[in-house]
Amino acid sequence: MNKKVGIEVSLAAADAIKMANVDLIAAYPITPQTHIVEHLSELVANGELDAEFIPVESEHSALSVCIGSSAAGARTFTCTSSQGLALMNEIVFIAASLRLPIVMILANRSLSGPLSIWNDHTDVMSIRDSGWIQVFTENGQEVFDHVFFAFRVAENPKVSLPVIVNLDGFILTHVIEPIQYWDQEAVDKYLPDFKPVNTLNPDAPVTMGAFAMPGIYTEAKKAQDEALIKSKPEIIKAWKEMGKIIGRNYSPVETNQIKGAETVFLTMGSMGETVSIAVDKLRAQGQKVGQVKIRLWRPFPVEEFRKAVRNVKNIIVIDRALSFGGQGGPVAGEIRSVLYDEENRPLITNFICGLAGRDVTTDNFIDMYEMSLKMAGDKSKEEDYVMYGVRE
Amino acid sequence: MARSEEDLKWKDLETGCVVSDAGNASQYRTGDWRSLLPVWDKTKCIRCGVCFLFCPDAAIRKTSEGYFEADLYYCKGCGICVQECVTGCITMVEEEE
Ligand code: SF4
Ligand code: SF4
Repeated sequence: MNKKVGIEVSLAAADAIKMANVDLIAAYPITPQTHIVEHLSELVANGELDAEFIPVESEHSALSVCIGSSAAGARTFTCTSSQGLALMNEIVFIAASLRLPIVMILANRSLSGPLSIWNDHTDVMSIRDSGWIQVFTENGQEVFDHVFFAFRVAENPKVSLPVIVNLDGFILTHVIEPIQYWDQEAVDKYLPDFKPVNTLNPDAPVTMGAFAMPGIYTEAKKAQDEALIKSKPEIIKAWKEMGKIIGRNYSPVETNQIKGAETVFLTMGSMGETVSIAVDKLRAQGQKVGQVKIRLWRPFPVEEFRKAVRNVKNIIVIDRALSFGGQGGPVAGEIRSVLYDEENRPLITNFICGLAGRDVTTDNFIDMYEMSLKMAGDKSKEEDYVMYGVRE
Repeated sequence: MARSEEDLKWKDLETGCVVSDAGNASQYRTGDWRSLLPVWDKTKCIRCGVCFLFCPDAAIRKTSEGYFEADLYYCKGCGICVQECVTGCITMVEEEE
């Protein structure tokens, strides 16, 4: 394996896209995704990457181009953030229902308004139910590895679904990290040539994107749901294969210091690293605390998650988005419904924090831990969730 | 013969719901849209075939006696035949289930 190099995560991600030998990139620049697509356009312009780079006029067009490209059998990539994803929204749902294996890197950023360019998870939560496979990454290395993973899973004929790799805007996109590049041979071995399930081919014409009457729409949605659920074993297989090559092992739900933990933090994305330091500090004080991280957000790893928290009494769910007028954040809602039927279900405290890039420190997490011990199971509390750090 | 989409189970659908067999528009049951039904009064019909020509879904067929009638699998109940009939022998009636 290669030595680690110090490089900005966005540039490394673009290099990984190049190493994945994509055929087409259609993207529109938006902060904080910009460095990824800028570097890709450079690589194409310099002749280092033999691919079409289509500088579209909007994100709606970007993903529409990707649909055409993927349908024609080309390995296809796009990248966006926040408002860009919002503008793509219509096409996001269509790409999944057409089962086109497009890969998107989403540099997570809050949605307007108020206008904000900083990081949280409100953008991805807006397309939670779109039918894309969605994974979260915690650091630059994970982003790099997951580019190859994403294409391998998406293009697996048993899956044939689009994949989103989430990385936190600025916190990951704009930092320089030590990243271990793969050898090109390893990439080529891990990622076989793209053999599409369906293609637009004049010699064997098919209709894609047909209209459906009420008599068939339900069946179409059932088939789509089954495809996403059934992708999980293939996703796990792809991580296992990767582990054999690079020695880093990923799984749908990952834990840290879970042994003997009565309380666990639950996070997605880069906050996992800050939480791990808080957990170390709390453990040093003798607190029975651990950590659970959701890497695979869709399809939701129900069994793996239930197993991970089997002996836990209290879960602190960290949400980086709000469901306005609902009961807290989208992750907590999901976790509550996954655990509702469990015999010994743990108590849940939900903190909404880190909105629009507001810093959340290890001390903040320790504070949340202490708050949660008081709040958990307290039926007299007024709210089901706390907006942590909000000035009253 | 046309096959209704209602005969298909979810497992019968191809990946991404592509349609790989050409010429299947005839399977499309436009008759589902209908709330009014065209009814012919043969006594006024001069068998000119104008209704047949104007039906946008080609849902009108000729009977062995040379009169015309709607194929209810396809007739969507638009009433264009009523509008175009030269002698006014077609009327739209409320459809009973
Ligand atoms: S009502 Fe419309 S569809 Fe039905 S037979 Fe008349 S013209 Fe054709
Ligand atoms: S247009 Fe009227 S008169 Fe002519 S064939 Fe049709 S029903 Fe008969």
